[in-house]
Amino acid sequence: MTQLTMGKALNEGLRRAMRDDDKVLIMGEDIGKLGGVFRITDGLQTEFGAQRVVDTPLAESGIMGTAVGLAYRGYRPVVEIQFDGFVYPAFDQIVSNVAKLHYRSQGAVKMPITIRIPWAGGVGAAEHHSESPEAYFVHTAGLRVVAVSNPQDAYTVLRQAIACDDPVVFFEPKRLYHTKGEVDLDGDIADAAPMGLARVARPGSDVTLLTYGAQVSTAMDAATAAEDDGISIEVIDLRSLSPVDYKTVTASVRKTGRVVVTHEAAREAGMGAELIASVTERCFYHLETPPVRVTGWDIPYPPAKLEKHHVPDLDRILDAVDRVLDRPNSLTGVEL
Amino acid sequence: MVHTLTPTADLKQDVDDVARLLTAEGERIADRDLDPWVADVDTAQLRDLYRDMVVLRRIDAEGMALQRQGQVGLWAPCQGQEATQIGTARAMRADDFAFPSYRETGVTYARGAGPEGYIRAWRGEAHSSYDPHEVGAAIPQIIIGAQTLHAVGYAMGIQRDGTDQAVATWFGDGATSQGDVNEAMVFAASYTAPVVFVCTNNQYAISEPVGVQAAAPIAGRAPGFGIPSMRVDGNDVLAVTAAMRWALDHARTGQGPAFIEAVTYRMGPHTTSDDPTRYRDKDEVERWRRRDPIARLEAYLRNQDAFDDEFAAAVAAESDEVAAAVRSTCLAMTTAPALSILDNVYAEPHTGLEDEKTWFAAYLDGFAEESAR
Repeated sequence: MTQLTMGKALNEGLRRAMRDDDKVLIMGEDIGKLGGVFRITDGLQTEFGAQRVVDTPLAESGIMGTAVGLAYRGYRPVVEIQFDGFVYPAFDQIVSNVAKLHYRSQGAVKMPITIRIPWAGGVGAAEHHSESPEAYFVHTAGLRVVAVSNPQDAYTVLRQAIACDDPVVFFEPKRLYHTKGEVDLDGDIADAAPMGLARVARPGSDVTLLTYGAQVSTAMDAATAAEDDGISIEVIDLRSLSPVDYKTVTASVRKTGRVVVTHEAAREAGMGAELIASVTERCFYHLETPPVRVTGWDIPYPPAKLEKHHVPDLDRILDAVDRVLDRPNSLTGVEL
Repeated sequence: MVHTLTPTADLKQDVDDVARLLTAEGERIADRDLDPWVADVDTAQLRDLYRDMVVLRRIDAEGMALQRQGQVGLWAPCQGQEATQIGTARAMRADDFAFPSYRETGVTYARGAGPEGYIRAWRGEAHSSYDPHEVGAAIPQIIIGAQTLHAVGYAMGIQRDGTDQAVATWFGDGATSQGDVNEAMVFAASYTAPVVFVCTNNQYAISEPVGVQAAAPIAGRAPGFGIPSMRVDGNDVLAVTAAMRWALDHARTGQGPAFIEAVTYRMGPHTTSDDPTRYRDKDEVERWRRRDPIARLEAYLRNQDAFDDEFAAAVAAESDEVAAAVRSTCLAMTTAPALSILDNVYAEPHTGLEDEKTWFAAYLDGFAEESAR
């Protein structure tokens, strides 16, 4: 076990994936000499050369489209989109080709492309640098979508994503890049829990709190705070947003009968809507109260000085926990 | 070696401002840049190209007929563009790779896709008609211009593998307005990727004339990206062959991408759903009919005493045979079972889709039980 930041764990994941398989190459803007604006690819061009660590022209559709061609040729491109809000120019290539080629070709053409996206807010960034676009990709058949919450998962799930024969959109919460944790770099990836499984981050019995990415830490803080009030929250880190590990989720909901979902992304047609619809379909008779979403508001991401009002914090989560427990809360007596 | 086009003074889209080796009357003329690339082409090779073009036109006519008879859902005809498609595709090596658009029936034919290769997707039985790795051609692209980036990426892979293969990609005049085509040229030029851009300027993007996409000849854009280009008569299969050989050699020998604008004309509708009489007049179509690529090569071969009735009859018989195979393959196709629509979405198991498959299978089983009662 080694103490690593999430950024360093990702760096190690890329390095070891490239050492293990010479078909793996990484491409993106400023990822070579600079090592990426977040330094996730630091030192990789020195070790693997400019043919495998490719500084690309400043064009996201171009990056994604050439990755498709490289995959056609048998390579496994790992693409870095510099910031969450810059992925939209690549959207057509992702939706129309990356996601569909295996289906269009009836399995003849594989698209083992990993799309790394530094993701979400909470870091005081400029406009377009704090977005949570995960629902677009979850909605797109043919893509797998994962979001990591700690250095160990960052390392393991990245290795799994690169090894996967399907395209994987890999969300890296920017505000956790410097968070440290124990990482087992030497364990066999084949022995790790398969990509796609959720993780019970904290067991509990009264409320199931579903979340992913950086919100996992906020959810854990909320669970700790609730304990003082004698409320036991089970925190589930989904890790995979497509597919969702409903076995783990429904087992928890059947136990607690109460569900809160929290994410930074806006509420409308978001991950929370999908999770609650699916949980309700599967566990309706186990639910004691209506499930509640605690999400970013349905607004464009706000200016940095105001983002604390947008990203759900510990208190907003606890307010929702009070709602599902029928305790007094901000919406007591309010009809929506 | 090869002239790089500069915009003409009046910037109009002069369809005769092109490099050419055969006139519309079948007269062989000299071109300093093109001649060296076809010095070895004899009448036997030209007869092969003639046969390919006639077969392609026959396949295309069969596709149109099958659509009118309700056997395929849609067809995008390529009549008039035979010289561009056959001339470019036949200049490639078997181990090169093609990234065509949906109208390049001639490219998939020349790459070796069988009858099924032109018809399965148009019939609506599947989204693709052949295995790209077997044919050496990607699945024809419908998203306008998207395939040009795939071609550049594939070419980047060739560079990393250290082989002397080359890639070619086909797109229309309309596609040159897409960001992807421009990004593809940036990437290709920056990386010196072994890729040939073939712009089939067939004068129309559905109803919009090329002037809506380009105020000056399209070939003039490539040099701005650092890519040498040629503007050739796309109805002159000898000129197209020469240009493509130049371009492929340029790519193959480490000099990077090359760009060809083949000036031609889409004689038919955009697709079987289109009505071109709404946006172009008969006289224009007639003018282009007189520039027909097949008639032109026939005239040249006749001038060389290399074309007689016997040859014409043999080519016609072969074309009919290919068309009959397309038709019988089409009519013999069976539709895959309902549950198969959930196959191949992912290469590895996906629990969400597996749940749906379970539900759909159970639902379908309900009907089976019902009909068994």
